[in-house]
Amino acid sequence: MFGYYLDLALHSLKRNKALTALMVLAIALGIGASMTTLTVLHVLSGDPLPGRSGTLYYPQIDPRDNGGLLPGKEPPEQLTYIDGLNLLHAKRADRQALMTGGAVPIQPDSAALDPFYVEARYTTADFFPMFGTRFRYGQGWNAADDEAKAREVVINSELNERLFGGANSVGRTLRIGDTTFRIAGVLDDWAPSPHFYDLNTGSYGYTEQVFMPLLTALDLHMDHNGSTDCWGNGAGGAGHIYPAASCVWMQFWVQLDTPAKAADYKEFLVHYSEQQKALGRFVKAPNVRLRNVMQWLSYEMVVPDDVRLQTGLAFGFLLVCLVNTVGLMLAKFLRGAGELGVRRALGASKRALFAQLLVESGVVGLVGGIGGLLLALLGLWVVRHRPSDYAALAHLDPTMLFTTFLLAVGASLLAGLLPAWRACQIAPALQLKSN
Amino acid sequence: MELRPILSTLRRHKTTAWLLILEIALTCAIVCNAVFMIGHRLQHMHMSTGIAEHDLVQVQLAEIVPSPDVYARAEEDLAVLRQIPGVQAVALTNQLPLQGSSSNAGIKLDIAQRQPTLSAGTYFGENLPQTMGARLVAGRYLQPDEFMHADIVLKALATGDTKRLPAVTVITQAMGQRLWPGQNPLGKSFYIGPVPVRVVGVLADLARANAYDDATAHYSMILPLFFGADKDQSYVIRTRPQDREAVLKAAVAALKKADPERVVTKQRTYDELREKFFENDRAMAGILIGVIVALLTVTALGIVGLASFWVGQRRRTIGVRRALGATRGDILRYFQTENFLLATFGIVLGMVLAYGINLFLMLHYELPRLPAIYFPVGALALWAIGQLAVLGPALRASRVPPVVATRAV
Repeated sequence: MFGYYLDLALHSLKRNKALTALMVLAIALGIGASMTTLTVLHVLSGDPLPGRSGTLYYPQIDPRDNGGLLPGKEPPEQLTYIDGLNLLHAKRADRQALMTGGAVPIQPDSAALDPFYVEARYTTADFFPMFGTRFRYGQGWNAADDEAKAREVVINSELNERLFGGANSVGRTLRIGDTTFRIAGVLDDWAPSPHFYDLNTGSYGYTEQVFMPLLTALDLHMDHNGSTDCWGNGAGGAGHIYPAASCVWMQFWVQLDTPAKAADYKEFLVHYSEQQKALGRFVKAPNVRLRNVMQWLSYEMVVPDDVRLQTGLAFGFLLVCLVNTVGLMLAKFLRGAGELGVRRALGASKRALFAQLLVESGVVGLVGGIGGLLLALLGLWVVRHRPSDYAALAHLDPTMLFTTFLLAVGASLLAGLLPAWRACQIAPALQLKSN
Repeated sequence: MELRPILSTLRRHKTTAWLLILEIALTCAIVCNAVFMIGHRLQHMHMSTGIAEHDLVQVQLAEIVPSPDVYARAEEDLAVLRQIPGVQAVALTNQLPLQGSSSNAGIKLDIAQRQPTLSAGTYFGENLPQTMGARLVAGRYLQPDEFMHADIVLKALATGDTKRLPAVTVITQAMGQRLWPGQNPLGKSFYIGPVPVRVVGVLADLARANAYDDATAHYSMILPLFFGADKDQSYVIRTRPQDREAVLKAAVAALKKADPERVVTKQRTYDELREKFFENDRAMAGILIGVIVALLTVTALGIVGLASFWVGQRRRTIGVRRALGATRGDILRYFQTENFLLATFGIVLGMVLAYGINLFLMLHYELPRLPAIYFPVGALALWAIGQLAVLGPALRASRVPPVVATRAV
């Protein structure tokens, strides 16, 4: 039966080639635009560390005086160096890492290579196990290295490729500025997106190439990159001088394996704030937050406004395309009312006609969907070649591929529903009489 | 033209007519808002910076090994740059208008104020407004002897010994008007942290480095701090537009020669910097234009499709009318009027929708209210598109010969 309906549908569509093409094109354009923007939105609002992000939390406390550059009730988005160290040494979480961003000058051994700067992350030992970084060679440093200000670094695979041609470089030396470091590990391709642990250095398409123990980096006066917010007498990150005590410029992440531990940790942050207030360091009443990764990303509104706007626009466009297709299909079905009348008179049930008309709209949807998919691939290719920082991420994954198809066929079936229903209401006698 | 027959025909095609009206309404609503957003972006992209943009180039370097004396390093670099043929002026700066990453400070009029009155971009650098070409409208520029080394200032701030700090600044007109509306800012003081600063000069304009918001984009000031050579500072060089490429090349070579132990991290003309800052806005404006074209095309094609259908369906009726004495022009006008009616319904509905979408955007995207001028723009666009789209089918209808009336279909 379906085969017969399909035959009828194709026959009917072939009779009005231009109109069929128009309907298919409208659906394809609508689906193509929506899928392109939806994929970008999906990629940008994705989970940077699936499976881990639920147990990773970003503690915030409020060390500010009553004035200050940062208005509002939310605590600052980063920590001061002192609070960072205090919380790190308190070791109240399952794992914890203090960090900030920077840039370091690499002096290659090979005379063929000029010195160059790379992005760096200054952090503490738990960074690697807590974020589940994959290592190609070697491993991270340990907590003792942190305290000893060890001259050890972890580099990423890109830098390893550039300096050592991709060979196992663990144990070899690396000159950064005028200091010699030992390479402890080489990361595998690891670049969480969004760059959730420090959004100040850019949310997307940003990867550090060197990871250095925090205390080592500060000891050697390595350059600090990122956001610095100060209050009172504080002055921001002025070059080689690190921000003052009344500045926030550190990120601190903790791993808390159960909700109970998270509740306890929040309690601890309140106690810590109270204790600091008693010591005279804090002025305000405790004002703490403990957000996990996804909560943090949503609080920081990491997805660009423009991307959400584009998605809205695309769906508005799809709506217009669908209304357009509904109108055209209705006109087409009603035009064929005479034929439908004959078939009704010859004994076809309303249900059968309805099914047949739906098959016809389904075919339009399917072809439009394939066209839309191709257009979406083209659209994503265009996005990838645009200069935005998330360009490289715009790829269609299997989930989105499936969604595209479902959306296309679903949308056009929906679009066919009303015309098919209207066309079936025809009184056969009337159609046979006129014309 | 008699409207009644048209309306009664439309009543017989109620669903189809409503769908077309709905399509026109949606298109109208989206187009109104999209045109408005394009206007908004273009206005933002044409932001004035108050400087001689086409005369400037920027060079930024990072030391491999920190200089023992960053101030001497910067002084020598500046001297080297001044020697380059074609260079008119040179300055060391912490930021340039529209560069993105920025340095800002909260400004208080009263030291006891809990929240700052405004946040302003802080420019540090001797000879900076002169080099950039920022015009002075009142008072004077900062003098060389007023500039202090940054580390001394930072140390003083940390110890709270702020008495000897340079307490003068040059601000923009926009900032002055915001702080003291209707008054002359010269000689007035404000606080940065605990330090009182007196306004000695007023610039016509100088945009901030992070000029994302048009309302606060021109709040900038120049403070007499000298930071010396470090990776966050850069050299800004004034030259003639046609000499920019040559000067840039010569400047990089000269700086590398003066101290080879460093890496050039930025070398660009100011025009390139500006283009980069508005990259996303330009892309978004392009996308919006694309959406408008696509929407109007789809709607036009939809109208063509439907009109063709109706013409085909009514061939016999048209034939009868022609046989009864209607001219070709009558038939043509019939379809044109029908389309005009549908478009008008759609546009009225579209205006309401456009207003609704604008309200939503105002809530979620900090967009201003849609000015009334955009409504007639959308209306005209859709009337025009509708008439153009219906012309073909209507002409075809007008060519239906009267003899059709006598034939069975």
